[in-house]
Amino acid sequence: MAKAGDKIGGSGNKGLKRKAATEERQEAAVAEDGTTESGVQPSKAAAFPPGFSVSEIKNKQRRHLMFTRWKQQQRKEKLAAKKKLKKEREALGDKAPPKPIPKTIDNQRVYDETTVDPNDEEVAYDEATDEFASYFNRQTSPKILITTSDRPHGRTVRLCEQLSTVIPNSHVYYRRGLALKKIIPQCISRDFTDLIVINEDRKIPNGLILSHLPNGPTAHFKMSSVRLRKEIKRRGKEPTEHIPEIILNNFTTRLGHSVGRMFASLFPHNPQFTGRQVATFHNQRDYIFFRFHRYIFKSEKKVGIQELGPRFTLKLRSLQKGTFDSKYGEYEWVHKVCAYSKKSHLENFKRME
Amino acid sequence: VIWDTLGNKQFCSFKIRTKTQSFCRNEYSLTGLCNRSSCPLANSQYATIKEEKGQCYLYMKVIERAAFPRRLWERVRLHKNYEKALEQIDENLIYWPRFIRHKCKQRFTKITQYLIRIRKLTLKRQRKLVPLSKKVERREKRREEKALIAAQLDNAIEKELLERLKQDTYGDIYNFPIHAFDKALEQQEADSDSSVAEEKDDEEDEEDVGKREFVEDDEVDESDISDFEDMDKLDASGDEDQDDKYSSEEEEKAVDTKHNGKAPLKGPWRRKKAYVEIEYELETEPEAKAKTT
Repeated sequence: MAKAGDKIGGSGNKGLKRKAATEERQEAAVAEDGTTESGVQPSKAAAFPPGFSVSEIKNKQRRHLMFTRWKQQQRKEKLAAKKKLKKEREALGDKAPPKPIPKTIDNQRVYDETTVDPNDEEVAYDEATDEFASYFNRQTSPKILITTSDRPHGRTVRLCEQLSTVIPNSHVYYRRGLALKKIIPQCISRDFTDLIVINEDRKIPNGLILSHLPNGPTAHFKMSSVRLRKEIKRRGKEPTEHIPEIILNNFTTRLGHSVGRMFASLFPHNPQFTGRQVATFHNQRDYIFFRFHRYIFKSEKKVGIQELGPRFTLKLRSLQKGTFDSKYGEYEWVHKVCAYSKKSHLENFKRME
Repeated sequence: VIWDTLGNKQFCSFKIRTKTQSFCRNEYSLTGLCNRSSCPLANSQYATIKEEKGQCYLYMKVIERAAFPRRLWERVRLHKNYEKALEQIDENLIYWPRFIRHKCKQRFTKITQYLIRIRKLTLKRQRKLVPLSKKVERREKRREEKALIAAQLDNAIEKELLERLKQDTYGDIYNFPIHAFDKALEQQEADSDSSVAEEKDDEEDEEDVGKREFVEDDEVDESDISDFEDMDKLDASGDEDQDDKYSSEEEEKAVDTKHNGKAPLKGPWRRKKAYVEIEYELETEPEAKAKTT
């Protein structure tokens, strides 16, 4: 065959193979204007016959080749389809159907029944009687104790200091080998309302235990991407002593709601708006992002924010009913690692399977 | 004999050599070192202390039982009390060589000490090591990055703050008394005002046309005949009225753009202002009027 005899081109071997491959494919298939003249240029109109799968070729090089060609063809088809669609839209003008919204994980979620409805009576009753009721009734004002695990390193120490500037009315104490269970009664006797323990591993803080003190719930978080103040770009000056506002975003399920209330109970109830500081706990797909900003209203429609303070992300690992007790505590919720389930627990939707 | 074969120079499967020393890995060894006197294989009369699950036992081997490997080692359970156990060792190893007795007691002492330490440590806080699965960690890291991008934190925070501003949680702190809603209202008012004003202008123009004649007649009739200035003024005022309507419209627009952040009572007030600014438009028209008249 003329094609077989044609050995023009730098890629002699390749060209041969390509031709051989295409010849193979074309044996039983419809004749196309497939293989063109020289072996250098890949065949442009190589129509892959249906029922042809690239994975069936045993030879790796050839398979790779055929795959790249198939991919190119797919891309071309896709581009052509896009152009056609665009032309159609332009032709229709105003009558064109609205553009389809791209699917995101947050769009595709299935409604979860444990969503908290703010008008629900039961929820309201629960809120009135749970452990944070006294805080939300303004009977108690928060007093926080921040501590670390044994022998904290530099980063953890600095994070503790910065946290204590962010959270008003908080004190940092270092633990020298004291058992948590022993310091909890001491804290209660000294009127602390909350206890934060920052766990450390290999010189970086990686865990946060937040315990509401008079027998309140204990939440254990995994902390990641901690940025101290000096590592934040374009940041403002030190936070002042004003009490910040709080923003809690996307805490919609029951579990999320209780966690949100835990965070809210860390800060005093009377934010000083003259301080213009805001602490944000934003929940997205079960990751809670903490940020601390200073804002300024440039007009009624524009606000500028400037980040101060440390930032970190938390992921809830377990929620215990009582105070910290890892062995005998009653766990309300424990994060089970499941590879393929994309259900989100703190937010109100779970992903469609 | 055994030591000659197994001994220092030749091969013993329990022996481990390091650069400076050699050790004996045998479980019945009294000291862990490989010596002639502490090799359990080379000595036919031997004793050790071994510890199982917190219980200490004294193991003894005598030459009479060398032919019976199954019954070779004799085991005695030692007392939990340290002194009583030492007495037990003494009475069991009564005519034995000093070295073995001494070493047994030393070993027993060491074992009891570490048992005590274990018990103390279990009462203290245990550090639990939780294994991290690399796959899980990698996955979670990636998901966190994606969640961060999906969160659009800055936008969310800004939106929330603006919401709070709209809902007046900040009270009187900020000097934006007009919120977006009111602003929209105002624009609506402005639109309606301007349209009303335009209608009124049209009507007023017509009225003006009529009025001008009327006014002139009146004023000619009355005391202002002699006052040419007054007549000019009157004419001018007539013209000015016309101009006013145009200028007021312009002013309305100007006012619209200017007064973004002012009190809601703009509408009627605007008209007052328009009236006030009548005088500025004097210059252009009077000449024309003068010519026509």
